[in-house]
Amino acid sequence: MKINITINNKAYEIVAEKEMPLLWAIRDFVGLTGTKFGCGVAQCGACSVLVNGKLTKSCSISLEEVIDKEILTIEGTSKNLEYLRKAWDDGNVPQCGYCQSGQLIAATALLNTIEKPTDKDIDTFMSANICRCGTYTRIRKAIHKAVSLKNEAI
Amino acid sequence: MSKIKKINRRDFVKLFGLASGGIILGCAVSSDKKDFIPKIAGTFQPNLFVQITKDGLVTLISSRSEMGQGIKTSLASAIADELEADWKYIKVDQAIGHEKYGNQNTDGSRSVRTRLEPMRKMGALAKMMLITAASKKWNIAANECYAENHFIINKSTKEKIFFGDLVESAAALEIPSEKDIQLKKVEDFKFIGKKLKSVDLEAFTTGKATYGIDVRIPGLKFAAIARCPVTFGTVKSFDKSKAEKVAGVSEIIALERLKPPTGKFFGMLGGVAVIANNTWSAFQAKLDLKIEWNYGKNEHFNSEEFKKTITQRVQEKGKLVPGSYGNVNAAFKSAEQTIEATYNVPFLVHAPMEVPNATAWFQKDKIEVWAPVQDPQTARSELAHFFEIPIENITINVTFLGGGFGRKSKSDFVVEAVAISKKINAPVQVVWSREDDVQHSFYHAASAQYLKGGVDKNGKITGWLQRVGFPSIVSSFKPLSDYASGFELGQGFTNNPYLLDNFRLENVKAEANLRIGWLRSVVHIHSAFGNNCFVDELAFASKKDPIKLHLELIGKDRLVKGKSDFPYDAARMKTVLKETAKMANWGKSLPENHGIGVAIHYSFYSYVATIVEVSVKSKKVKVENIWTSIDCGLALNKDNIKNQLEGAAIFGMSLALFGKISTENGAVQQNNFYDYQMTRMKDAPNIHVNILDKMQEPPTGVGEPGVPVIAPAICNAIFNATGKRYRSLPLIDEGLV
Repeated sequence: MKINITINNKAYEIVAEKEMPLLWAIRDFVGLTGTKFGCGVAQCGACSVLVNGKLTKSCSISLEEVIDKEILTIEGTSKNLEYLRKAWDDGNVPQCGYCQSGQLIAATALLNTIEKPTDKDIDTFMSANICRCGTYTRIRKAIHKAVSLKNEAI
Repeated sequence: MSKIKKINRRDFVKLFGLASGGIILGCAVSSDKKDFIPKIAGTFQPNLFVQITKDGLVTLISSRSEMGQGIKTSLASAIADELEADWKYIKVDQAIGHEKYGNQNTDGSRSVRTRLEPMRKMGALAKMMLITAASKKWNIAANECYAENHFIINKSTKEKIFFGDLVESAAALEIPSEKDIQLKKVEDFKFIGKKLKSVDLEAFTTGKATYGIDVRIPGLKFAAIARCPVTFGTVKSFDKSKAEKVAGVSEIIALERLKPPTGKFFGMLGGVAVIANNTWSAFQAKLDLKIEWNYGKNEHFNSEEFKKTITQRVQEKGKLVPGSYGNVNAAFKSAEQTIEATYNVPFLVHAPMEVPNATAWFQKDKIEVWAPVQDPQTARSELAHFFEIPIENITINVTFLGGGFGRKSKSDFVVEAVAISKKINAPVQVVWSREDDVQHSFYHAASAQYLKGGVDKNGKITGWLQRVGFPSIVSSFKPLSDYASGFELGQGFTNNPYLLDNFRLENVKAEANLRIGWLRSVVHIHSAFGNNCFVDELAFASKKDPIKLHLELIGKDRLVKGKSDFPYDAARMKTVLKETAKMANWGKSLPENHGIGVAIHYSFYSYVATIVEVSVKSKKVKVENIWTSIDCGLALNKDNIKNQLEGAAIFGMSLALFGKISTENGAVQQNNFYDYQMTRMKDAPNIHVNILDKMQEPPTGVGEPGVPVIAPAICNAIFNATGKRYRSLPLIDEGLV
């Protein structure tokens, strides 16, 4: 079927099965490959996107469920995402980088939800995302750093 | 890069003129010997690493695969340092898989160890030629000029010329010989030994980095393969009627197993391949296949029984391993007390975040591949072998690797993609599901080891008997390799860091019923676990502080020469341990329910000591702090090394707490991250890393040495907290997680 969605403020018409997970439509049909496949069962967070602002594992939501909705992927931008990018750069966070799309999107959702998260908030919120390289301590620091960058800018 | 002119091969260093108006400097670099499997020394081959264009842009080639260890940045910084380049003009490209780059096999924590000096020479040579070009313009001697921050400067007039403006004249120059290359002094380093950020940060934080799974070419198909649950089982028959109705599916084909010849390559398992116009349809249709299998000889493999078998075998006599010394039996007879313990490590799988995948296009007489491979040259040779295509007609484009950890050293997934592309006559991307990755890997071997130690009346350790059994990596290359091989035992068993009075190592039979491979740190995971847990037990038995006993056992200052250029230096091992103890404030009083444990290990020629603090509440363990010191010789990129050791701590925690692959009736029982769990953010402790300043020493391994110490240090810390020993991993099986 034909499905209309908005990805990073751009309208797309996707012709695909309505059961297809959003992840594969984005990667294989739209051609935006920054959103990653890691597990296919919402266990690792590599495929994290925002759907109408809500943190979503795109491997586990069907196209049918996102009709006419607005998607933010790692190729997109938002105020919090930009501060996080700067902080990720500042802390030299990534190793292989593969999970970092999902980490950044999840962290964006965290900052959209909690303005100044504590370590405990970060632990709770970010534990849905696996980093096999083990950059967790840097991610934790970078999230705090993004908050301070944001506060400095205001 | 075109029209490369070949010049005198005997010159160590060669220059290649480039039609596009830049200079490309190449170098013949000795291809290094494989550390683990001795081979005849490689030959000198021409290589290309440095390109400077008129706009001053310096493109450096990374010959090693980037899988998170930061090698693209590290090797480039070595070239750029000697070149006196301005970092903002540096761009790093990934080399294709080709022997002209020397050995590209990215494993064994050896890229910096083996490539630092050749890469520095590449930069130094480029700088020499730019200086010569400038000196000719000024009509002065070359030693009247120097290079600084992308300019050549006239010492007396302070005039300067931009690198880019010297490109044409430098390209016309004769090539200096190797003996004239002068490398910088340590104190003059600008990038080496400093903290450089990854050159790929922007690509990583914007989703622009292209991993294997992100390759998109016109007409690309996607494939998923159903493989037999039992290793090396084959397809008896299959019914595709339901699967082929899945929208998007174009073809469903049988794939024969390609068996590797003895001694090399990986082949592929075979099975039934579903080809579709998107990954999801291929995955879905695969689940709808009805396949009858011939399970074959591994059908009855049960890992729990195997654990019992090898655990039993290590209680009995094994084969004596060369390198044993003294007489342990006599030592045990005269000992005041003897201590015995048996340790187990289960099978493990790498589970890199990016699953195995490869994109291939087989066209008549040529093959092009895009893949996340650690060893692109083996992949290329393997394709030439199986598909009978001349090797020069095979191109391996190396993408970013979304983690490797040894899994992507094995090119079976590349062979699969090429086999399918050949059959369907179209470009195809094979993508493994996470379940495929967990269930059809080359596994880190399960091990059992028995240790017996003698303690005399003065508390001195007088004898050390160690019996080990684990399936050998060699079994993946040579059938019936039923004992761990010498190169494996050389990873921490025959060369433990201690000087003992009497030492005996025995090896027991351990058959392989899974494909056995190497995983980050390889056999050191077993040896460090046994050695360090046992030293802790001996310390308790002899009423000694564990660090004091480690220092006693390491013994007097000495150099132990092996086959390599890197002798084991006992003094460095002791320094690393003392530094860690200082950093962790060893001996401090701990909060209630907290415990502290230590482990040391020498691997990949680096010295590591780690102290772990845990808390154990309601029988659940939490890792609170990890302190790690490393002496890895010259530290090329300090922030990257720190990142590697932080990651190694998390990787070590994952295997200590959760990692276990088990089989029933030959089939792996785990599926995905819900039953093969990883350390997550909530589990991540404070990690404190100390890199010793050894800038005058040659660089040694970094990617792996931080892993093996973690599991034993955790177990020792739990003992310290609870008085209970845990000798079998993972700790989740003991109810501790």
